[in-house]
Amino acid sequence: MRAPLSWIRELTPIEADPVAIAEALDNLGLEVEALEAPGREITGVEVAKTLEVSKHPNADKLNLVEVQTASGTTTVVCGAPNVVAGMLVAYAPSGATLPGGFTLERRKIRGVVSDGMLCSAKELGLGDDHSGILGLDEDAELGQDVRDVLDLNEVVFDLAITPNRPDAMSMVGVARDLAAHFGLPLNVPKPVIDESGEPTASDITVRVEATDRCPRFTARRIGVTMGESPPWLARRLTLAGMRPISNVVDVTNYVLLERGQPLHAFDLGRLRGRGLVVRLAGDGERMTTLDGVERVLTDEDLLVCDAEGRPQAIAGIMGGAEAEVHDGTIEILLEAAYFQPMGISRSSKRLGLRSESSARFERGVDPNAVLTGSARAAELLREIAGAYVAPEPIDHYPVPITPARIKVRVPRVEALLGVALGADRVKEALRPLEIEIEELAAGDGQEFVAIPPTFRPDLEREIDIVEEVARRVGFNEIPRTLPHTTGTGGGLTVRQRERRLLEDVMVGTGASEAMTLPLMAATDLERFGLSADGTVEATNALRAEEPILRPAILPGLLKAGAFNTAQGLTGLALFELGHVFAAPASGDLLPVERDHLAVLLTGSVVRTPIEPDRPVDGYDVVALVEAIAEALELADLWLVSDPAPGFDATTSTAITVDGTIIGHLGALRGSVLDAFGIAVPAVALELDIDALFAGARRDRAFHLPSRFPASNIDLAFVLDDTIPAADIERTLRAASGELLEAVRCFDEFRSDALGVGRRSLAFALRFRAPDRTLKDSEIAPVRQAAIDAVISAHGAELRG
Amino acid sequence: MSADPLGVLDLDAARAQVAAAASVEELEDVRKRLVGKSSVASKVKQSIKDLPGDQKPVIGKAVSEYTAAVTEAVEERLVALAPAESVGELIDLTLGGHGRSRGHLHLVTQCRRELEDVFLNLGYQVAEGPEVEDDWHNFEALNFPPGHPARAMQDTLYVNLGEPEQVVLRTHTSPVQVRVMETQKPPIYSIMPGRTYRNETLDARHSPVFHQIEGLAVDRGITFGDLAGTLEAFTSAYFGKKLSSRLLPSFFPFTEPSAEFSITCVFCDGAGCRVCSKTGWIELGGCGMVDPNVLRNVGIDPEEYSGFAFGFGLERMPMLRYGVEPIKTFFDNDIRFLTQY
Repeated sequence: MRAPLSWIRELTPIEADPVAIAEALDNLGLEVEALEAPGREITGVEVAKTLEVSKHPNADKLNLVEVQTASGTTTVVCGAPNVVAGMLVAYAPSGATLPGGFTLERRKIRGVVSDGMLCSAKELGLGDDHSGILGLDEDAELGQDVRDVLDLNEVVFDLAITPNRPDAMSMVGVARDLAAHFGLPLNVPKPVIDESGEPTASDITVRVEATDRCPRFTARRIGVTMGESPPWLARRLTLAGMRPISNVVDVTNYVLLERGQPLHAFDLGRLRGRGLVVRLAGDGERMTTLDGVERVLTDEDLLVCDAEGRPQAIAGIMGGAEAEVHDGTIEILLEAAYFQPMGISRSSKRLGLRSESSARFERGVDPNAVLTGSARAAELLREIAGAYVAPEPIDHYPVPITPARIKVRVPRVEALLGVALGADRVKEALRPLEIEIEELAAGDGQEFVAIPPTFRPDLEREIDIVEEVARRVGFNEIPRTLPHTTGTGGGLTVRQRERRLLEDVMVGTGASEAMTLPLMAATDLERFGLSADGTVEATNALRAEEPILRPAILPGLLKAGAFNTAQGLTGLALFELGHVFAAPASGDLLPVERDHLAVLLTGSVVRTPIEPDRPVDGYDVVALVEAIAEALELADLWLVSDPAPGFDATTSTAITVDGTIIGHLGALRGSVLDAFGIAVPAVALELDIDALFAGARRDRAFHLPSRFPASNIDLAFVLDDTIPAADIERTLRAASGELLEAVRCFDEFRSDALGVGRRSLAFALRFRAPDRTLKDSEIAPVRQAAIDAVISAHGAELRG
Repeated sequence: MSADPLGVLDLDAARAQVAAAASVEELEDVRKRLVGKSSVASKVKQSIKDLPGDQKPVIGKAVSEYTAAVTEAVEERLVALAPAESVGELIDLTLGGHGRSRGHLHLVTQCRRELEDVFLNLGYQVAEGPEVEDDWHNFEALNFPPGHPARAMQDTLYVNLGEPEQVVLRTHTSPVQVRVMETQKPPIYSIMPGRTYRNETLDARHSPVFHQIEGLAVDRGITFGDLAGTLEAFTSAYFGKKLSSRLLPSFFPFTEPSAEFSITCVFCDGAGCRVCSKTGWIELGGCGMVDPNVLRNVGIDPEEYSGFAFGFGLERMPMLRYGVEPIKTFFDNDIRFLTQY
């Protein structure tokens, strides 16, 4: 909300400097988003008079204007259609500056020198009117600074009002907080109206059918003479960000801004049956609002209708075109009401229709100031629209809303704020906010009843009063302390530590962490070969084409890979850790969320000039898994053959932990890379971190390393090349007994002699005993057992 | 065999041969010829045991000196020959190392860890929760009743589960507060980093995904002063210098009193600059005393316990510290950005 300082000063005699006021507003919770001084950037613009207007010799749409200034005459080129001789205008000579930091210079326009320019309202930063130059009032004097003539020294605070403070959506509300802060009086005059004629009810009916949605409804008949608002009023509206329309509409807006009470003026001549009915809409009922849009309503929308039941306004939100005031209006029915906030909020949200009125009603206007708002409008209309105001407005208010009564314990206030204030200071903090203090009959003053005004619907509980006290004391005046205990011991959980470890391992292997968006398109999954079945999605995503909550990270990581590839950046090593989502387990409401790790390596591993570069391959990701297994000390992690979406069938494997598949790694399918636009080799892995962390860990019992010599045996087998080396390793380990210290495949070999589909694998086995030097006679049977096991389990031959 | 062994061990001739060797290989041949196993010197040495006793030391000494002198001459010649010969073995280590260089944690992760560590040192724990939440945890338990206007402050993304608008992508990390309080009894000192969602399109200024970190303390006797003091301790620890911080009244349904907290602009030290819109202050996040309704909703008696909570955007920290912008940068995953920090 825009609050002009001059308006605030009319309500409280505040003299402080605008910057100090802005700081006070911030400290009161009325956040100043911008402090505007529209005239600040205007210098040197003066009042001048047009003497003679003639056509520009070289341009149809331009005129040459001879201008009388305080010091002489000069000629200005002007394109405004409304320029005529004898106008008082805002003349910006060369050297003058205008909003935006624009400085004028003498320059030729189509061959004629123009000595500065004549300004439009927009050029002076006064609204959007750029249709012609701004004409000044006749009492302006030649040579006078236009800032004085137009009162551009005005200061406007642009405030962000939080939803709990409907009262502060008005000048009076802002002035009240400032008055309290600066210890000044608040002067809100009671409206005085000169009433005449028959009472409103003499020929007007009002029927409220939905009292719960409309606890108070008032109507006042007023005869008016339509016209423009006087400049002072139009200007205030403009400063506050509203466009002047007509005196009647402007007055309703003025009161809305001044008091926070929205009003609606119906043209009584267009209102059938000379009356109003407040009722709920029928489901599917339609009406066209002032903005020309036909609205389809539900039975939760509240309508203000004419006496024949035809909708004339969506209550509290926007009026209709039919009974809108217009040039020919001579009599209005002025509505002032209190609508139930939640109802307005729901309708406004559902209709996607917000207005200055709805913004106030949905937060809660003061139900007990409704008639005062109406009276204030009547008073202003008397003044500026020649109004005659009918006495005795209709006031439908069957169940008056009474202020809350809140018991406040001073020690409690002090305990929550952490500062000793004393009962008097607490009470004195509240009184300027018009919160009544009622002392309890028995007691020492440490407890009392606070009665907040009904314009503060946010004050309902003791804690709300605590906040008011804190606000008045000043949040930054409360001494800063630390909690008296030092927490709960704190620390990361084992899982959190291992997660960090996993991140660090990835970084250590050379990968950098990416963060891709967890929302993706069905086509992203398709491109990867994943189905959208079993996924969950957002129902209202702004990017409707990307609603799916990712079931896997790799499609997103591939998009990141493609983004970089498009920048000519390959040789990527990216990893990401994050949640993936799947449909809820049966009976659950929320989806299954698990943490995944995904890695993508693309292009080549750069080795030149030391060694040749080579394309990334599956062994690069195997190395990552080995690093993970080593870091987490996993006891049982193996790679087993298992096809998976996205991965090339023959050059990928599953990762198992404790015998269960937890993810996959290897080369990605060429078709997948094509689909994502990655034209370089790429390998990847994706695994479930929760399953990884759940894996059994190696025994951590201490074993003193043996100092006795080792016996090394090399064994080479010829076998089908579909048999994984890891299987042979496992067989060797199982068959070799406790003396085996280490086993490692050190050679893979294929040849014509071995035959197609056959290969030789050679393993180095190291044996050692903890307490003695092993004898050949001990090793021989173990060696034979290992050989026999491999031969029988895998149909292998021992290579001689 | 001559009785005058020195006659066969002509040192000058040997030196001449050594000096004449033109390559390392040639020099090695010369060395073998002069002092190798089948050299004259070697034969003389082997014959010493057959010599008369008084000649043994004399000849022995003569052979040793000869051998040492030749060896020395060979060594010298080798040094002279070496530079030309060892060109192939020169290694230019400035070419760089084997293996991939180290990778980088995402800047948001780095920041998350730093903040976590600040609070871990203050005795806090780290709590986490699901990113898809039910209405209860994301809104209602936090004192946002259905239809409450404050819900409209958050552009919520809804998920196609349960009743319409019952399941959401969490709009803040605050639901983790509720989960922590539902499962732990006070004293509670926790921080809750995590990913949050809003219904925005990724562009320069908006992102549907961002990260927050939330703090919660619930204990006997927690005060508003404790909140302000904790935030001051944290900002000083994180930014590494004593910064002024201020709290301004604000509104959040789940805290009362509620505040926004700001720090002295880290770019201009409060003098006023473009980043702080000439105010000298930079707004970091929201905070307040946990609303009694929230405590009651999770079964904690607000008369016995009080608490404070605060939260702010994680991306904002590196944006402030390094001037990273726009926010989209964090999610483009441009490797040049990822590896810059």
